[in-house]
Amino acid sequence: MTQDLILFIILAVIVIITAVSMLLSRNAVYSAMFLVLNFITVAVIYLLLNAAFIAMVQVTVYAGAIMVLFLFVIMLLGAEKAAKGESLSWQPPLAILLGGALLMEFAYILFVRQTDLISSVESVTKKFGSPESIGDLLFDRYLVPFEITSILLLVAMIGAIIITHRGKKEPQ
Amino acid sequence: MNVPTSYLLALSGVLFVIGAMGVLTRRNAIVIFMSIELMLNSANLAFIAFARSFVDLQGQVMVFFVIAVAAAEVAVGLALIVSIFRTKQSIDVDQISSLKG
Repeated sequence: MTQDLILFIILAVIVIITAVSMLLSRNAVYSAMFLVLNFITVAVIYLLLNAAFIAMVQVTVYAGAIMVLFLFVIMLLGAEKAAKGESLSWQPPLAILLGGALLMEFAYILFVRQTDLISSVESVTKKFGSPESIGDLLFDRYLVPFEITSILLLVAMIGAIIITHRGKKEPQ
Repeated sequence: MNVPTSYLLALSGVLFVIGAMGVLTRRNAIVIFMSIELMLNSANLAFIAFARSFVDLQGQVMVFFVIAVAAAEVAVGLALIVSIFRTKQSIDVDQISSLKG
């Protein structure tokens, strides 16, 4: 077993434990914190996969900006506690059954059908995944999608403002 | 990193299933939303794993776009949750069952 494999297994265990903890936490703030830890651990995996730029984007945008937005809304609404009330008792077992079936299919396709993916990967140049090479691709071949993304962000910003805007004449 | 691509894809699949089960079982709208983020994240992990496997940077550029779209989606989705909370005083998805505002 190589050093890389041991490192990957430790990271994978952390990722799965934090994801399950996020799912099982009764308090939404704890869920958000577990999700931050999950995103940062996935960013470390990205670093190991020669994707340094994407790893940094993951930490700043996902673990930083998006999760701060989540925490802000949780605390604004005071929605930390799990909702009380009657539980739909048939839903969790069915979800576990369907999720297990999906996982089995993943495992079957990955480890039984697709044997050529199990070989070790080839080495890459030092520039692979650097901000410079990503930027070259982004502002050359992917320039139009990049500009469309900026319009999408603008539309989302305006949409969020309009949805949460409370008109003056509307009763409280 | 000298790890077989299938291991990374397996991790991605496990993360996706955990996210899907979160959407199916939890009733707090914010936790459901976080589970959707987890599923997007697992798709990103698969993209990065394939980018490394085929030594092609386009997979990483695609992840960049996915993250940008996820940020836009979170802004609009959380605005919707805040708006629903104002009218219903609850973000329990079981109680948001009527079309009337």
